[in-house]
Amino acid sequence: MNSKEKVIEVRGLTKKFGNFTAIDRLDFDVFKGEIFGFLGANGAGKTTAIKILCGLLHPSSGKASVAGYDVYKQTESVKRSIGYMSQRFSLYEDLSLYENIRFYGGIYGLRGKFLKERSNDMIARLGLEKEKKTLIADMPPGWKQKIAFSIALIHEPKIVFLDEPTGGVDPITRRQFWDLIYEVASKGLTVFVTTHYMDEAEYCNRLSIMDEGKIVALDSPDRLKSEYSAKDINEVFVKIAR
Amino acid sequence: MILIENISKSFGKRLALDSIDLSVKDNELFGLIGPDGSGKTTLFRILCSLLLPDSGKALLNNHDVVKDYNKIRRIIGYMPGRFSLYNDLSVEENLNFFARVFGTSIKKNYGLIKDIYKRLEPFKDRRAGNLSGGMKQKLALSCALIHRPEILILDEPTTGVDAVSRKEFWEMLSGIIEQGITIMVSTPYMDEAVLCNRVALMQEGRLLRVDSPQAIIDAYPKDIIALRADDMYRLVMDLRDFPQADSVLLFGQEVHYSGKGKNIDRDAIRKYLEDKEHKDIQINTISAGIEDSFLQLMA
Repeated sequence: MNSKEKVIEVRGLTKKFGNFTAIDRLDFDVFKGEIFGFLGANGAGKTTAIKILCGLLHPSSGKASVAGYDVYKQTESVKRSIGYMSQRFSLYEDLSLYENIRFYGGIYGLRGKFLKERSNDMIARLGLEKEKKTLIADMPPGWKQKIAFSIALIHEPKIVFLDEPTGGVDPITRRQFWDLIYEVASKGLTVFVTTHYMDEAEYCNRLSIMDEGKIVALDSPDRLKSEYSAKDINEVFVKIAR
Repeated sequence: MILIENISKSFGKRLALDSIDLSVKDNELFGLIGPDGSGKTTLFRILCSLLLPDSGKALLNNHDVVKDYNKIRRIIGYMPGRFSLYNDLSVEENLNFFARVFGTSIKKNYGLIKDIYKRLEPFKDRRAGNLSGGMKQKLALSCALIHRPEILILDEPTTGVDAVSRKEFWEMLSGIIEQGITIMVSTPYMDEAVLCNRVALMQEGRLLRVDSPQAIIDAYPKDIIALRADDMYRLVMDLRDFPQADSVLLFGQEVHYSGKGKNIDRDAIRKYLEDKEHKDIQINTISAGIEDSFLQLMA
């Protein structure tokens, strides 16, 4: 469960593109084992903030550390400490399950016998031994999602970024996936979720909502609902972003 | 109206649509609800005369989708799931292009698209490729409407669009219904189902149920409670081990529980959870929502 150990620490984080301020003095912390939702309308600045936290973009000013590493100077260490999964960018459809795992493991710097063992372990944990050589294209969406999630964790990151993780899957599969997220979080992994779907946001421990480059709300879903006198997060979001 | 009789379609060995029967009334806002891969797009492509069924037939306002495909294409407006306008044409050029393909003009049918297009007009010289997701969606809807179709077919128009734009989009659909047009819309999102007059729940190429959202909710057969405790993951796991448990599912910050029989012994559950040392236990009786009903139908 949640602890007080900070794994993401952001202070005054700002990014400008020319005259345009994409993110404007963000301040927030994310704790170990927390499921943190990062919401905002299209163009609110979410992607810019995430790119910085993933070590892919330099901020203009302010401070941020991810897993204890500085996002200005230690971007390679940041990248090694995080996992990333998105609905759109995930598995290679024309590679088999085993090939996908080996490929991503290789990208994360795992090699040789160790990678082989890790790959086989993962397939065993997924219960997909018989599907080792099956092409990803021939698998149902629910499997793909679990595989993509496991692959994002292959290098044992401290934080995993999930970009709209459950869009387009059926509600049963979606819940199995959230069971999995709760399980890894209970073991101390920090889960950072972005989504447009407010019912997905309700599963998070805390939510931040961005509007025009600023964080305009940050609290637990319950407290946000009572603060905005809203029946659900969708209503909170519409009240803030409209 | 739309009349679908016994439509089946396979791709190789995979049966994408399995004997679909369905009718949509005139001026109805009809929702096709189902996950990716359930067959929604295949059905829409058949209705739009873009794909031939293996068997069965479908009529749109009495025109056959196979034999009368020319007529079909004039009476429908179709918004495919993927953005299919011209990225290197401006907003206005796209709209003009679609109007002229159908032998009409923006001016002639402006009344129909006014409420939607007025939000785009400040950007009418911007290239479509440079629009935000929500604006692309509004332009695509305007282009699908510009020839004043009798039937509008919208394939997942709100996928990948933010919550505010989604809300606006559904408000626009109510406006279109008021103009006498029939709408068939698909979505993977259960919360949008309640905004339709009737919905069909689709799974693996079959229709599980067709009814009004309220009737689907009312048909939920059991009592249902919502539970919370300090450690939600442990709560779910323990509840699933409770001997009387049938369905234990996460709903955001709550767990929805229904038992093997109709009734629920709340005291027994509370005691069971207290014995397992859960803290801050809250138990509330709730009425089922549309998603509870769908989950129950899909299980």
